[in-house]
Amino acid sequence: MTYPLTHRQYYEGLKAGKLLGLKCKNCGSYTVPPKICCAECGGTDVEVAQLSGRGEIRTFTVIRVAPEGFKAPYIVALAELEEGPWLMGNVDGLDPANTVEDITGKKVKVGHRVIPPTNYTAGEGVAVTFLLE
Amino acid sequence: MRRVAVVGVGMTKFGSSDKSQVEMFSDAAMEAINESNIRAKDIQALFLGNGLGDFEEGQMNMAPMCAAELGMPMDAPATRVEGACASASVAIRDAFMWVASGFYDIVLAGGTERATAMGTPLATRTFAMGSDSKYEGFNGITFPGAFAMVARLYANKYGISLEKLKERMAMVAVKNHKNGVKNPLAQFQKEITVETVLNSFIVADPLQLFDCCPFSDGAAAIVLASEEVAKRLTDKPVYILGVGQASNGPLYRQKDITRIRAREAAAAQAYKMAGLTPADIDVCELHDCFTIAEIVASEGLGFFAFGKGSEAVEKGETAIGGRIPINPSGGLKAKGHPIGATGAAQAYEIVKQLRGECGDRQVKGARVGMTDTLGGDFATVVNIIYGI
Ligand SMILES: [Zn+2]
Repeated sequence: MTYPLTHRQYYEGLKAGKLLGLKCKNCGSYTVPPKICCAECGGTDVEVAQLSGRGEIRTFTVIRVAPEGFKAPYIVALAELEEGPWLMGNVDGLDPANTVEDITGKKVKVGHRVIPPTNYTAGEGVAVTFLLE
Repeated sequence: MRRVAVVGVGMTKFGSSDKSQVEMFSDAAMEAINESNIRAKDIQALFLGNGLGDFEEGQMNMAPMCAAELGMPMDAPATRVEGACASASVAIRDAFMWVASGFYDIVLAGGTERATAMGTPLATRTFAMGSDSKYEGFNGITFPGAFAMVARLYANKYGISLEKLKERMAMVAVKNHKNGVKNPLAQFQKEITVETVLNSFIVADPLQLFDCCPFSDGAAAIVLASEEVAKRLTDKPVYILGVGQASNGPLYRQKDITRIRAREAAAAQAYKMAGLTPADIDVCELHDCFTIAEIVASEGLGFFAFGKGSEAVEKGETAIGGRIPINPSGGLKAKGHPIGATGAAQAYEIVKQLRGECGDRQVKGARVGMTDTLGGDFATVVNIIYGI
């Protein structure tokens, strides 16, 4: 079947300042990041939709031992979007080198960062970022 | 379905090894074969757990090499099984299925891994390949980072101050190191204190170095046989009473990660097959890749109510001699975590415990034991219940 929204198309959306996902015509749920069917009911009758890009931090960590290719420290968080799905992103605008306050529950806006290709990445990547509102 | 028994187990010392992955597995497997009173030529199939052998030694397709190294017959299929850190438990469950179905009578399973060969940056990167490479990998998420987010969410959800939770997490490390002292095959055989944990450097806030299991090399192996064959081979068979395996999607899709739903599903399968409940388990080896991981696992397996696992550690309920001894081997924390071998090492410990061969770390009178192995970002969980 035709993919409703591939990861490349999702990346291109982020680069254009849009958070794209799927809206299920069966149950009404949103699926972000995209997959082949609705994340809630498995339905394949879905349409591409633009989300508000707003959410709230649910949990986070400051990574101080980084994988090869990344420079610590930086913040990784899971945020719950207004439309329901959770999304992983890097929190920008704080100084992770110093102690980071508890940002759980803080409102954020989704942005993006382009990650150049390196070993085992299958080309360029686009990472979601969160900016505190 | 036929009854299936463990007739032999073997394990290398965990830590840092100069041996290759094939050599380590062959070491452990030959011990298991000899203990089973069989010859390698009697084995009808091999299921080999291995996570990152390609990165560690540039070695792909290791299973047939192990079979040949051991002298197994050419017509025995040898298959690599990859389920990240749960690889060996996936392998054991598959081996169980083939014997239970009646297709084979004697099957070898286990795993091998040489993670220290990679060094910390590449190891951190390759371990993180268990995350969603498209939607999480580019954020630089690490495996400690995933459990760090579990810890913070857990503290908030259950209204436990992060300071209090960290102290109880440290007690998990203290307990498992204390157990590891009594295990000659453990990577760390040295006691630590709560202060050791809380004074160690931060890996992924709030997890500190001693909240984390080490990178390890090692292998473990197990020989399974049908009940009829097992009775001919050994007077100490340990039976597999129940198995479960479940699967889940990426972290962001799982939402509330204080509850690892794949574990709850896998454990329910295993308990149902065995006709047992959490109260029937005498000893458990569970997936303590991080201290918080042990706490949430002890709840997911049904030993404690959700939100009560950290308090149980503080009360000593998970120590040897406690209500439900957890990780008497030292667990991944102290025994070590050569990822593709871990599930088989857990099986090794439970089998030895049920045979009463664990010396100073023996859980007295243990008759039913359970293993719990987690792979990837809570994506694969395997639970196996053993009994005598
Ligand atoms: Zn739906």
